[in-house]
Order: sequence, then structure tokens, then C-alpha cells
Amino acid sequence: MLNRKDLLGLIDVSASEITEILDLAQEFKNRIKKGEKKISHLQNKTATILFYENSTRTRTSFEQAAKYLGASVINIAASTSSVAKGETLIDTGKTLDAQRNDFIIMRHYMGGAPYLLAKMVNASVLNAGDGINEHPTQALLDMLTMRETFGSLKGLKVAILGDIKHSRVAKSNLFGLKTMGAEVTMFAPHTLIPKGIEELGAKVCRSREEALDGADVVMGLRIQLERQQAGNFPSLGEYAANYGVDEKILELAKPNAIVLHPGPVNRGVELTSGVIDHERSHIEDQVLSGVAVRMAALCLLNDARKA
Amino acid sequence: MIIRNGNVVLKNSVEKKDILLQGGKIVKIAEYIPADGSEEIDASDKHVFPGLIDMHVHLREPGFERKEDIESGAKAAVKGGFTQVCCMPNTNPVVDNKVVVTYIKVREKEVNLCKIHPVGAITKGLKGEEMAAIAGMKKAGAVAISDDGVAVKNARLMRLAMEYAKGFDIICLCHCEDKDLVDGGSVHEGLNATIAGLKGIPRAAEDIIIAREIALAEELDTPVHICHVSTYSGVRMIRDAKRAGIKVTAETCPHYYSFTDEIIKTYDTNTKVNPPIREEIDKQAILAGLKDGTLDCIVTDHAPHHADDKNVEYNQAAFGISGIETSFGFAITNLYKKGVLSLNEIADKMSGAPARILGLDGGEIKEGGVADIMIADLDEQWTIEPEKFVSKGKNNPFGGYVLDGVVKYTIVNGDVKYKA
Repeated sequence: MLNRKDLLGLIDVSASEITEILDLAQEFKNRIKKGEKKISHLQNKTATILFYENSTRTRTSFEQAAKYLGASVINIAASTSSVAKGETLIDTGKTLDAQRNDFIIMRHYMGGAPYLLAKMVNASVLNAGDGINEHPTQALLDMLTMRETFGSLKGLKVAILGDIKHSRVAKSNLFGLKTMGAEVTMFAPHTLIPKGIEELGAKVCRSREEALDGADVVMGLRIQLERQQAGNFPSLGEYAANYGVDEKILELAKPNAIVLHPGPVNRGVELTSGVIDHERSHIEDQVLSGVAVRMAALCLLNDARKA
Repeated sequence: MIIRNGNVVLKNSVEKKDILLQGGKIVKIAEYIPADGSEEIDASDKHVFPGLIDMHVHLREPGFERKEDIESGAKAAVKGGFTQVCCMPNTNPVVDNKVVVTYIKVREKEVNLCKIHPVGAITKGLKGEEMAAIAGMKKAGAVAISDDGVAVKNARLMRLAMEYAKGFDIICLCHCEDKDLVDGGSVHEGLNATIAGLKGIPRAAEDIIIAREIALAEELDTPVHICHVSTYSGVRMIRDAKRAGIKVTAETCPHYYSFTDEIIKTYDTNTKVNPPIREEIDKQAILAGLKDGTLDCIVTDHAPHHADDKNVEYNQAAFGISGIETSFGFAITNLYKKGVLSLNEIADKMSGAPARILGLDGGEIKEGGVADIMIADLDEQWTIEPEKFVSKGKNNPFGGYVLDGVVKYTIVNGDVKYKA
């Protein structure tokens, strides 16, 4: 039983909780694949999607997940709401609470913001990405795709390449994968490796060869153009040449290794088109995993509310 | 007034003495002073300290009275055992001319609790562009200059200000922070920042400016004072500079010698302070620096804020801790009782050294000295309850922490201004 009001990060989510989410998500994924899109676990429930940052993928994925479960969904973009008039996060949260929302799904550009919101509201808060902190459902969907492919997460070797420092995806994956007994290697320009990441269990590598050696999963991370402009490396060309993954580099991983990317991809920067569209690429499968994992998270948090 | 039978913390010893106060002065210190009909305070089982001096506080007036004003800040100060405080110039308007200095001195008289010494700005409007009216502020009562909250970005301007100030015997209190390296960070850059997903502030952001100010002090052969040291590397540079004979003095705060950045992981915005609370290695170096004299003073950097400034996302929250009511307790609990500093050393760091650095009257209990005195019970314990602070700023993350040492009396110029 997922014994928590909110899903804010994977930092403190146990292996049994992750397994429970992934098991239910797998069931949902199978049902959706069969064309079953009305799974009415959350009828009479309301979810508000509150995004302080732009997003298409995650926002629509959560919306789809809630709708498949029969919940009614409201979308709020911070730029078109009272937030633009200077309303504080706590006041916005209290308003949503007063409307008796069951779930608040929030993306925020500041790390820790969902913790502040969760403390102030009765609704269950799902973190859809907070600054450079965590993006728990993204890591869960990555883990679902990995588990579906390899049967288990234990002992898997996952190589993560790209802007680790500013990536909430990398951090949530690191927490979740370590909890599940997988190995995580990382490779990026030194300017994009956060302090202390090795103490959290990642192995920071000196080369693509070292990072990809024996890897079951190769995960590319989006290089954010605004970060690149902040001068973390000289040019996208130099990045692609030294840190990007093309088909030749991909050969360094295990023969059956899969390729993941949280999207949106900069083609030719972190991954070449040849890799993105490779038969080993599971980037499209990740999208359906995303809907399924978010359905599972909503259902299990709802059960926890009832308990 | 006679303070009877207290354990008096003198410069080099602690002795059972009676103290006679008359006309705002300490007239006599002796084994026994016969009653003269004036008021007596029984200080048996208590310790008598020189009135504490906090050379780094923010009183927020004028301009930010919602956070604190001179009256509420002074009330908090005397409750904390302080008889003199130096208030930083980042008010609105900024203390960058004699008019604002004079205003603060007028408010000091009206409030009539502790002595309040304005610190004037180094640059007009704290903008780092041109020198403020340093001579005029000094004449009106400013005791030092500082752009606290920011470092003067331009090294040439900083050099000129220090050089100019030298002519008026007024010292620069240097807030050391390279804004480019801070780059929007809000906590110490390290493992805990990575865990919490909060942007970090590297030690180098502080150290680079500490190094610059030391270089300028050496070049100009003029004293310089480094504010709120938080890094082990900063302590090392200051130690080396002192050994080389450079006229550098330095301060730190209770939160730097008592805590590590473990505490940020709750996202409690009251832990957000500038410079940030750092790691164990820094805390240990700061304790060592206090012990070996590298760090001359303990200040609070009392930075009261309104709840609205803190009840927001961590990145968005204001920097600062309301700490003037807890500083003495932290010193007794974490320095004296843990054997880091003697009571004489604590009295020096929290009174004697600030008086020497700024040329203030006070800082020591001696015959003929000013009757600024604090009496405390070192064995009484209390629990920090920020919501009960006298200060308007309830922004203190150490609620629930149990401290030894309760201030019982604060006496300014021979008058009791606070009694527990």
C-alpha cells in the first residue's frame, strides 16, 4: 500500500512502494493497449493540473491518465491565472483546496515548491517536476519501460548522459533505480555534474566508453538551450561530438540495450536521429508508460486517502 | 546600584565580587561593598558579563518597519543581553548620508533602551557606483561603513573607499559575496543542495571577496573587518593574513558554529541565510577559528523578516535569521558548555572585541568603565519558541532547540533596561 498523501519525489519511496506502482501501471498499460480506455477508478474525483512551467508531454499525460480513470480535470497555466497577478503559491493552493480538489498535479520551476504546497493543502499533491529537484513520475515511467523490457530492475546497468546538474529526471531516476537495485553510471561535461552525486550512488564516468560499457539502458537527457547559453560548454557542436550518442557510440552498450529519452529531444545534439529512430529506441513506448504510471500513482494515492 | 555577590566575568578571570554603579559608570569592584541605600541586585549563582555588543544587526527602520523597527529591535536586543548594537544601512532610504544617520540617532534616544550605532553605506544607495558621504555620516554618529547585503563589485571603488575611510578612522565591514558565482543560489553548494534540488552557493563566492579585501587591507595598511564568515577556507585565509600582520578582523554567527546544511532538507525557508549554513568541515573550522582567535567576534546578523517574506518557495524566500534573542544561549550551550571557549573569551567575542574594533565605550567590566552590564543564569535551560520572540521577526529555524543560559538583567549606563 502506498502509504502517503503525496507523491513529491522518489527520495523516500521504498522498493515495495515502487513495485506496487509499477505492477498496477503495467496492468493499466496492458489494458490501454487492448483499447480499454474507461477505467473508472476515480469517478467523482477532481484533479487540477497546475503548471508554472511550459509542458506538453507531462501535462497531457497526466490529463489523459486522470481522464482514463474517470476523474474530472481542470488545467491551470500559471501565466493565465491569478499567479500572474502575484498570488502566492500557498494562496493558490488554499483556493484549489477550498474547491475540494482531490489531486493537485503541479509543475514548478523552483525546487521544493511541491513540499510547500503539500504541507498547506488537504489535496494529494503529485510533483510533475520541480526545478532541478525531482520528477518522480518520469522516473517511474522510465522504470516501467525498463522492467517491461528486461523483466526486473535489479542488477540493470543504466547509463545517463546529458545535463545531469539541471535534470530532475536524472535525480529521480537515480533515487528510484538505486532503491530497486540497479546500477547508474553518468557522463556529462564536468560543468553539468552536480556536487555530491556520487555520494548518492551514481558512478560518474570519464568517458562515453566507460559509461556505456555493459549498459542495458542508455538514457539521453535534453540539453537545454538556455543552459548552453549560460556557458556550460562552448557549443552544441562540441557537445554532440564529445558527449552525444550516435549509432557507433551506442554499439558500446550491450547488444540488447535500449535507448530512452524524457523528451523533447534535440536531434543531433544528445542523440542522433539514427539513435532516436533506432529499433532499440523505446522513446515512443515511454509515452504510454507515462500515462499508465500516472494512472497508477493517482489510484494508489486515492486508496491511501480512503485508508 | 550595587550588583551583589555575582560571578563577575573580568578580562582574564571570573571572580565573586560586588559591583558599585554610579552616574552611569562602574565605580568600584570589590569583595564587599557596604549597602548605600541604593538599589541592589542579588547576583549570587549568576554571572555578570560586560553588556553584550552586537556589531551586525538589521533593525529595518526606516522603510521596512513591517519586518522590524528600532523599538522592537532594541527590545529584542536588551532581552538578548545586548547593551549596544550596530545596525546595517540596507534600509529605505539607505543609510548613505548624515540625515538618515541622524534619524537613527534620534530614534535611539526616543526608544531609550540599548545604544544604537548606525553603520553607514560604503556606496550611495548600496549600488556600488560611487562613494557615500562617509565623513558626514561619521560626524553624525556612524561607527563603521558597510554595503552589507552586497559586496562592492568594483575592486577599484572598494580600494578608494577603504583608502578614503582611513582618513576618518572608520572601518569597512565587508560583506563578501561574488554575485556572479552566487548566480541565484540559495543554499550551500554541496551534497545537501543536490539532494534537495536547490541551487547552491559555492564557498568560492565568499572566499574570493575575502581574499580581495585582505589584499586591499595589506596594500593600504588599513584595518578591514570581514563579516559573517561561513567557510573553512575563509577562516584559513584570515588566519594566514593575521599571521602576516595584515590588520584584518572577522566575525561569525551562532548558526555557522552550531549547524550544518543538513537542516535545509526540510525546505524550511527560515534556514535560508546569506551566506548559507555550510558543512561539518566549515563548522569545525569556525569553532577552531573562534578558539585560536582567528575569528574575533560573534555577531547575530539579526535579520528579521515578515512571515510573508518567508512563506513562499525556498528560492523566492528572503535570506536571514532572526537571532538576537538566542545568540547568548547558543554561545553558552555550544561554546562554553562544550569547552570551546571560556566565559572570558565569550565576553571578549561578544563585547570586548567589537568595542575595540569600532572604538566603542564598553566591552569590559572595569572600574571607571561604562556601566553596561548583563547578568545571566548559565544553568537555567530554555526552549527556543520563535513565535514568542520580542522581535517582529519570528524567522528562526531553531524552534524546539534547548539552550542553556538565560539573560536576567540588561543594564545600560547604569539603568536596568531589561529584567527577566
